[in-house]
Amino acid sequence: MADEVPKVEEMAAINHTPPKTGWMDTPAVIRPGMYCYSAKAKPLNIVGMPNGRDWDPIEEDWHLPENWMEIVLEGLHDRLHRFRSLQLFMDVCVRCGACADKCHFFIGSGDPKNMPVLRAELLRSVYRKEYTLAGKLLGKMVGARKLDERVLKEWWTYFFQCTECRRCSVFCPYGIDTAEITIIGRELLNLLGLNIDWIATPVSNCYRTGNHLGIQPHAFKDMIDFFVDEVEDVTGVRVNPSFNRKGAEILFITPSGDVFADPGTYTAMGYLILFHYLESMGLDITWSTYASEGGNFGFFTSHEMMKRLNAKMYMEAKRLGVKYIIGGECGHMWRVIHQYMDTMNGPADHLEVPKSPITGTVFQNAASTKMIHITEFTADLLRHNKLKFDKTRNDNYNLTFHDSCNPSRGMGLLEEPRYIIKEMCNHFYEMPEGTIREQTFCCGSGSGLNAGEDLELRFRGGMPRANAVKHVHEKHGVNTVACVCAIDRAALPPLMDYWVPGVQVAGVHELVGNALILDGEKERTEDLRFEPLAGMEEE
Amino acid sequence: MATIEFEGKSFTVDEDGFIDSFENWSEEWVTYVKGVEGIDELTEEHWKVINVLQDYYKKNGIAPMVRVLSKVTGFKLKHIYELFPSGPGKGACKMAGLPKPTGCV
Repeated sequence: MADEVPKVEEMAAINHTPPKTGWMDTPAVIRPGMYCYSAKAKPLNIVGMPNGRDWDPIEEDWHLPENWMEIVLEGLHDRLHRFRSLQLFMDVCVRCGACADKCHFFIGSGDPKNMPVLRAELLRSVYRKEYTLAGKLLGKMVGARKLDERVLKEWWTYFFQCTECRRCSVFCPYGIDTAEITIIGRELLNLLGLNIDWIATPVSNCYRTGNHLGIQPHAFKDMIDFFVDEVEDVTGVRVNPSFNRKGAEILFITPSGDVFADPGTYTAMGYLILFHYLESMGLDITWSTYASEGGNFGFFTSHEMMKRLNAKMYMEAKRLGVKYIIGGECGHMWRVIHQYMDTMNGPADHLEVPKSPITGTVFQNAASTKMIHITEFTADLLRHNKLKFDKTRNDNYNLTFHDSCNPSRGMGLLEEPRYIIKEMCNHFYEMPEGTIREQTFCCGSGSGLNAGEDLELRFRGGMPRANAVKHVHEKHGVNTVACVCAIDRAALPPLMDYWVPGVQVAGVHELVGNALILDGEKERTEDLRFEPLAGMEEE
Repeated sequence: MATIEFEGKSFTVDEDGFIDSFENWSEEWVTYVKGVEGIDELTEEHWKVINVLQDYYKKNGIAPMVRVLSKVTGFKLKHIYELFPSGPGKGACKMAGLPKPTGCV
């Protein structure tokens, strides 16, 4: 059990002195709190991923298939041919070190193998041995080494201590995307059944039931119905969402975390309020109980699995006959949509280019994917003065905004969430430059690492983000971090409790839901969390 | 997967001590988790939480969201933590024999 997390003072005393031995001679240490439980046979078998078995990372014997080395080297060979980017990234690094101190895991752990350059070297060293003349002849002298079990375990350790956030790649003069090296590293491990449970189980759930949590259609509806009651309690207005409705104009898909886990649930209530508000203005939108997940943990296993899970959203859009999709406040979903969808499952020619039924705005940026982010949709409504709202209802919130890695670096969504927050709230303060926008610090739990057993890893990796929040907390009294990602909403609350107690986490559409003035609403005295509005506190 | 022998019963558990399947739940399991959790005595309130969790799970194949659990039992989250020190997931769900939720949670 790894529930015990070091005390804040211990955690903050980070040792950045490298070990005395060279990196090739320093074995990886897999210790509780810093790794995630292994993927077991069951979820891997459900989706047909290879070599599913029960194994334990802290045991010596990982029960590898006999020809494991052959499998990995063939896998590498195959990917070098399929992905030109990988070939380039293997060859081009000059080890300048620009990325070295940009990784949140390196900053928070001091472990040199969390420097992006060195994380990449773990794989690159094997590449050199297999594919370069110098590596074959001179070996270690030129940074080449043979693949063996120790190397494999080192890969597993450090490719699951990377959140694929891509902050390092922003600083690389060659544009090496270290996240893609981790992605390939994980794919190779996956060939041997070496995944983690927190990724494999959501993947198999999503394949079976359409969402990571394994929520079945009737349960999904039950959850939304619960929010309908809650919205009525707060606003006095009964909203009326529809499910799987054929012929609707728009399909709405959000991460299942929003319908299940706090504080994402308040964001889900915000969506419902917004959709109800717009209904009389011509919004014709439906939820699906089958494509009930925006996230795609398949992205953290292999390109093929990502493609399979992504397909469900578009198949459902086709089945229902909608014109396009609005996606909710999700993180990595947008990396998948923005960077892969077009040539992976797309282009989605059976859908139409998204056009707001309220403002007439055509979202040309989504001309191929036919899918827009809900903050793009809402920001457009605000720009056209289509919403009536009372921003004082968010006066209890002193906000900052955490750019989620994938929407910011993966699709350039920087302005829309900020614009909405500033419209909806009176008190907004940016965190320091260098920690926001495309240079945002990861929550420390992305890419499937948001499990319960690796809290030390998560709190170390989340330290730089928390540190920037602490700055605005102390300087401006910030008490709420807004974000547009369900992993953030799950991961940031414990991170804040640990490093910056007194700061809570909210989705952007929770703030929208608080502020929107609905026709026929009762006098609003509470926000969506059933907390009294500013000035409404009982004596 | 480890095995736990308790009062003549055998339970297979995962790394966090959750039983492998709801089918294998029994009252002995509750007694076992009570000891692990350090709960002195099981009250009607504990059983109310366990029953609500199990009824919901049987109907929906998943644990209820915490807010639903709170609303149906009438217990505030703070009180659920008083009843189950490890919380609604690692305490109450474990005792009720439910699997832990995974994903963006």
